Amino acid sequence: MKHTIQQVFHSPKFVVGFSIFMAILLTVLVYPLLVPGDPLEIIGQGTFFPPGVYVNVYDTLRSPRYTLMLDEATANRIASKLSREDRLAMKDYLVAAGIPALEIDPSNTVKLLDQWVNTYDPDTELAGMTFAKVRYYQRLDASLEGLLSLEGISIAKIDPETGALKETSAISQADFVNINEVANVRVLPLGTENFGRDVLKELVKATGVSLKIGLVAGLVATFIGLTLGLLAGYIGGIVDDIIMFFTNLFTVIPGIVLLILISFSIGQDKRGAVTIAVVIGFTSWVWTARAVRAQVVSLRNRDHVNLSKLSGHSIAHIILTDILPYIASYVVMAFILQISLGILTEASLSILGLGPRTTEVPTLGLMMNWAMIYQAQILGKWWAYMPVIVTIALVSFSMNLMNTGLDQVFNPALRE
Amino acid sequence: MKRYRKYILNKLLWFVVTFVCAVILNFVLPRLMPGDPVAAIMQKATAGMTSQSGVQKVYEQYTELFGTNKPMFQQFLLYVRNIFHGDFGISFSQYPRPVADIVKSAIWWTICLQFPAIIVGWLIGNTLGALAAYLKKGFDKVIMPVSILISNFPAFGMAIILLVIFAVKLKWFPTSGGYGFDQIPNFSWHFIWTVIIHYPLPFFSIVLISIGGQAIGMRSMSIYELNVDYVKYSRFLGIRDRKIVGYVFRNAMLPQVTGLALSIGTMVGGALVAEIIYSYPGLGTTILSAVLGQDYPLISAVTLIITIMVLVATFAIDIVYGFIDPRIKAAQSD
Repeated sequence: MKHTIQQVFHSPKFVVGFSIFMAILLTVLVYPLLVPGDPLEIIGQGTFFPPGVYVNVYDTLRSPRYTLMLDEATANRIASKLSREDRLAMKDYLVAAGIPALEIDPSNTVKLLDQWVNTYDPDTELAGMTFAKVRYYQRLDASLEGLLSLEGISIAKIDPETGALKETSAISQADFVNINEVANVRVLPLGTENFGRDVLKELVKATGVSLKIGLVAGLVATFIGLTLGLLAGYIGGIVDDIIMFFTNLFTVIPGIVLLILISFSIGQDKRGAVTIAVVIGFTSWVWTARAVRAQVVSLRNRDHVNLSKLSGHSIAHIILTDILPYIASYVVMAFILQISLGILTEASLSILGLGPRTTEVPTLGLMMNWAMIYQAQILGKWWAYMPVIVTIALVSFSMNLMNTGLDQVFNPALRE
Repeated sequence: MKRYRKYILNKLLWFVVTFVCAVILNFVLPRLMPGDPVAAIMQKATAGMTSQSGVQKVYEQYTELFGTNKPMFQQFLLYVRNIFHGDFGISFSQYPRPVADIVKSAIWWTICLQFPAIIVGWLIGNTLGALAAYLKKGFDKVIMPVSILISNFPAFGMAIILLVIFAVKLKWFPTSGGYGFDQIPNFSWHFIWTVIIHYPLPFFSIVLISIGGQAIGMRSMSIYELNVDYVKYSRFLGIRDRKIVGYVFRNAMLPQVTGLALSIGTMVGGALVAEIIYSYPGLGTTILSAVLGQDYPLISAVTLIITIMVLVATFAIDIVYGFIDPRIKAAQSD
């Protein structure tokens, strides 16, 4: 046993897969301890806030200010408001409005803005411009206002008695705050999703739940498959025929069809994560059963099994001591594959809208489902779906790598 | 030819038996759940509907269709009779459209998309796998990890990545649908062009998904086959490498054909989800809308149709297999 494990850990493929998997597992276990809180808490009002560091504006204004004279500050400010695409779009507008193209220089900010202010008129409609484009120019125009001004901004309070504004302080363009001195700073490494939840926190929780689903599904599938495979292979005869009939039947009838029918019949309210996992397990035991049976059939007439039979051992004893140890490696490999298959199946089922009910726990599939329903992929909100896809791919990649590694250890023919 | 007939009859019998079982499962599974099925269905149905006369009509339709007051066996006969008349009832979510009508308009999209894609993916995957096993070295070192990575990619993940790169970023293809959003299906050139331009993305995402697994399978089959005694013996005899390799791959190919028959169900499942990502007007998208609309009759019909499609495909592959594997002949003549 010890020797086998040593051998397994000498296989580079297994080690790589194992490390990836352990890293994921550790993150799932440790991250909630570091960043406590409800993963389903809705913190953002609005959908899909991009990833980044969120600094409270109110606290920023009340934090101590430092004056830094940085030359590039103005250039950065202009660049953040006026991208290259915006400049080209402005040029298009100016050309359409009748200014010769040669006179326009998109890289000269002062001249461009000057031409823009003189030409742009939100009320005139240019021929052939879509409504979206009209709105775009309106937004652009609004954001450009005061871009080149050098004055600061006043902060004013409303006087409760007179209702008049009273300036309390002024901010110059060279004022900075130290982010460590701002009371409220929240890092959202992966932004928020459609409900306004922290994607990273939710993702970690979802990965945990999905791994659990995979584990339960794998256990159920392996247990059923192993039992049926052993019975069919060892007892043979009519038992074998009956079991193989059902196995063949469920090989051809697509598993996804059974899953859809069963989970739809269970109904949205009764579908918990564990229920889904068990259902997945019940529909994916076929391959394990086939493989175990094939192995057992080839073992059944080996000498040591016959010897055991002659010694009068019970069937249970023979199966446990003379057959199971020989197929154990195989069953472990099938189990690993079943786990990763379970995770994938849950995800597919959730995308079809038949995943676990949405109120209690997130799963990787549910996160995908929400992102798809809110069209994150078309809106370009990559942080809502890409991390989920990568996580699913990594989990199943690591499992398959472990499996290939084990395969090469136990099947010398496959070694290079 | 007599042996083949025996083989085909055997397969045909098996096809009929599976078909009957599939129909029974489709009938029994929803009814195994606790509670009165029709009441539950009605509750779901009425939740999604606003028109009171519509609710009434569906209810009447259902008591008639299911005959809930009759014993289970008679209900089953009624169900089978309805199926053979192509009568799947009336959709809840798209009332008053008959389910058969919805399925009819969706099924061709799915067939024309999935089967070519799965076949092409299977061919490419097997070629790559065979090459990896034969050429080894650099080619194998590249193909294997890439195949493992791709085959682990969930079907929808591949679809989304292709969609984001080629439709959203590069704008080479439209983002969703099976034809132009301003079109009604007809036979004009313009319509056919929009169909063609909508085709490649879903097609290639299904192809890519099926490549990985097939390549891995073919590679290990070929490696195994390349080390079998007859190959070594042929090498001793000095038979040209090219000729040996031809035999080897033919032999390695046969289990892959069976593999295709066995895994086509799984592949169709993945492809259905890929359809959803592209809102392709096929059966996958129909399932999603049926689930969202709590449309029981539609789901029941679509699952049955998918099962039948997979069964027919499996049967067809089995028949083809019987023709290309000479050992079938030998086995049947014993």
